[in-house]
Amino acid sequence: MTAYRGKYADELIANAAYIATPGKGILAADESTGTIGKRFASINVENVEDNRRALRELLFTTPGALQYLSGVILFEETLYQKTASGKPFVDVMKEGGVLPGIKVDKGTVELAGTNGETTTQGLDGLGARCAKYYEAGARFAKWRAVLKIGPTEPSPLAILENANGLARYAIICQENGLVPIVEPEILVDGSHDIDRCAEVSERVLAACYKALNDHHVLLEGTLLKPNMVTPGSDSKKVANDVIAEYTVRTLQRTVPPAVPGIMFLSGGQSEEEATLNLNAMNKFQGKKPWTLSFSYGRALQQSTLKTWQGKEENVSKAQEVFLGRAKANSEATLGKYQGGAGGSDASESLHVKDYKY
Amino acid sequence: MATSSLVKLNAASSQWIGQHSFSQRSVSSSSPTRRVSFPLVRASYVDELVNTAKTIASPGRGILAIDESNATCGKRLASIGLDNTEVNRQAYRQLLLTTPGLGECISGVIMFEETLYQSTTDGKKFVECLRDENIVPGIKVDKGLSPLPGSNNESWCQGLDGLASRSAEYYKHGARFAKWRTVVSVPCGPSALAVKEAAWGLARYAAVSQENGLVPIVEPEILLDGDHPIERTLEVAQRVWAEVFYYLAENNIVLEGILLKPSMVTPGAEHKEKASPEIIAKHTLQMLKRRVPPAVPGIMFLSGGQSEVEATLNLNAMNQSPNPWHVSFSYARALQNSVLKAWQGRPENIEAAQKSLLVRAKANSLAQLGRYSAQGENEDAKKGMFVKGYTY
Repeated sequence: MTAYRGKYADELIANAAYIATPGKGILAADESTGTIGKRFASINVENVEDNRRALRELLFTTPGALQYLSGVILFEETLYQKTASGKPFVDVMKEGGVLPGIKVDKGTVELAGTNGETTTQGLDGLGARCAKYYEAGARFAKWRAVLKIGPTEPSPLAILENANGLARYAIICQENGLVPIVEPEILVDGSHDIDRCAEVSERVLAACYKALNDHHVLLEGTLLKPNMVTPGSDSKKVANDVIAEYTVRTLQRTVPPAVPGIMFLSGGQSEEEATLNLNAMNKFQGKKPWTLSFSYGRALQQSTLKTWQGKEENVSKAQEVFLGRAKANSEATLGKYQGGAGGSDASESLHVKDYKY
Repeated sequence: MATSSLVKLNAASSQWIGQHSFSQRSVSSSSPTRRVSFPLVRASYVDELVNTAKTIASPGRGILAIDESNATCGKRLASIGLDNTEVNRQAYRQLLLTTPGLGECISGVIMFEETLYQSTTDGKKFVECLRDENIVPGIKVDKGLSPLPGSNNESWCQGLDGLASRSAEYYKHGARFAKWRTVVSVPCGPSALAVKEAAWGLARYAAVSQENGLVPIVEPEILLDGDHPIERTLEVAQRVWAEVFYYLAENNIVLEGILLKPSMVTPGAEHKEKASPEIIAKHTLQMLKRRVPPAVPGIMFLSGGQSEVEATLNLNAMNQSPNPWHVSFSYARALQNSVLKAWQGRPENIEAAQKSLLVRAKANSLAQLGRYSAQGENEDAKKGMFVKGYTY
């Protein structure tokens, strides 16, 4: 078998292509219960199911926002939740032309014998879970592998192990009708320069595509969710155009054109930074046979959360803020963003050292 | 990865990094215990490698391969009743390389070592003749195939010993790109060992070539021999190219400074059904899209025993819509067959022979642009040139 050709092949290709529609992108709303708790703590909101439901309802029912989204990544709990008036979230999305996605990994654990490097868990019973999620309306999945840059990191072991995990996850998803988003995040933490980030990113992506190919993954039915190529968080900043040039070059060297879309993670960048960088990439003149878009969590929700404060009376205002960021990023995928959406709030860095989801 | 020797993608934007242009930038010293160090020698050739590759991959042009070893050239000469002497080999190559206007459709010529050092009977170096036509001179650097021990009757390609100094010499004599042909056999497996060896050998050769200023053409030929269907060829091709690109990455190859020379994805020569150009194009493009990063500037197909017209039709079918890389030709037999027949070793036929080279070159040039039509091609050009168990 050259690549997956089972019953879901055509659907996977169509869904991946749809998610990669220029002008649209992904809202990553798949924070685990623990992680969303941290967000809520920052705005003094109790971490109970109804509040989690209320936040997601705020986002998904923002008037006019869904047109800028092709997918939303959900945490398992959210896949089965409804609006206050009883409409399932998946139906809200379906009507808005948005594909529901589902986080399927079970977090990271340390690799023995390494300097704090990790592998991602979640392969056991993954097939059955994916089939269940497909039945509930999910059409794509996400699995986050994590690597870090250090004097001797990422080690060949960490690269191999994470690439293999991603490949196994990917083919299992495809067998069960879910488009796998392949996410090998190289953390921005560190004092390395942009060259080092580029070198590591190329090495990691080459290993990922080798593993995906060895595991017969159908590339046309996948999406990539990489980090942008930037200096480390403790290093001197560079201009958006530089990030764009380095990032596109790295992708040109590693990502086969069969992959329809590259949906960047924001990894701690401020809302505005994440949008400006994406915009610069889409303005950059060079070979880009894949869509360059977004799959943002914090970089789409931060200001919205602050505006909401968990209060019913703030919902409308918060939705306006969310709409503004969604529209900004949509424009960025077309290279048409003019800048300035959201004011100074949007420029606040969201980097948290050694961030754990 | 070769990132410290940054490639000028876009002259305007390269002003950005601290106001220094790329070529002035020194290797970064941010991390004292950097795992990978980049040889500064190679850094000095990067711009040239990228430019050379781009020149060869220019629209409407492709490569004329005339790198037959003396023994193989002898076979060609024998087919028209000529002895295999240096004089005859020189005469034949002179005919080809002095064809007026050749540079309109040909961007590069691959030569055998003997030819790189030869001149016309008037004393003009062949390399100079090519330069005058804006054609890049290239050189075959491998030392041929040998049986691969421990494999399933498969081969491996030799030539790494002394490759660096040979490459440097060739560069001095005007060569700017190199070629190394290894083979993979579908009927023999291929075994994992053979695929690994083919890919690794290519990656090592590519690294040495770039180090010495030569753009490496990466050629893992998946032989036409066999009765397998096109799907099997696709499977093997995907496997081979996945391995090749992984090892190119491990060897820190600058992908913007290489060219590929793949075989098209077709059924085996003895398969019961022939595939149309559209089917071949569909499978070949699918393979390329799944395996070739866009940084690679050009893909120059080998003809591998297809007839002249077949090779042109297939190339044309692949260029019916834009591709993220230049998709072109690097043909030997498929460009030379008619020429030999027209020449017959007679001086009075030289002009006619050169004209027929131009006809084939023009046809393939049009195919590169997706504008070729087979109307008016003669019967000879349609004859297949597959030879079972063909050895160069």
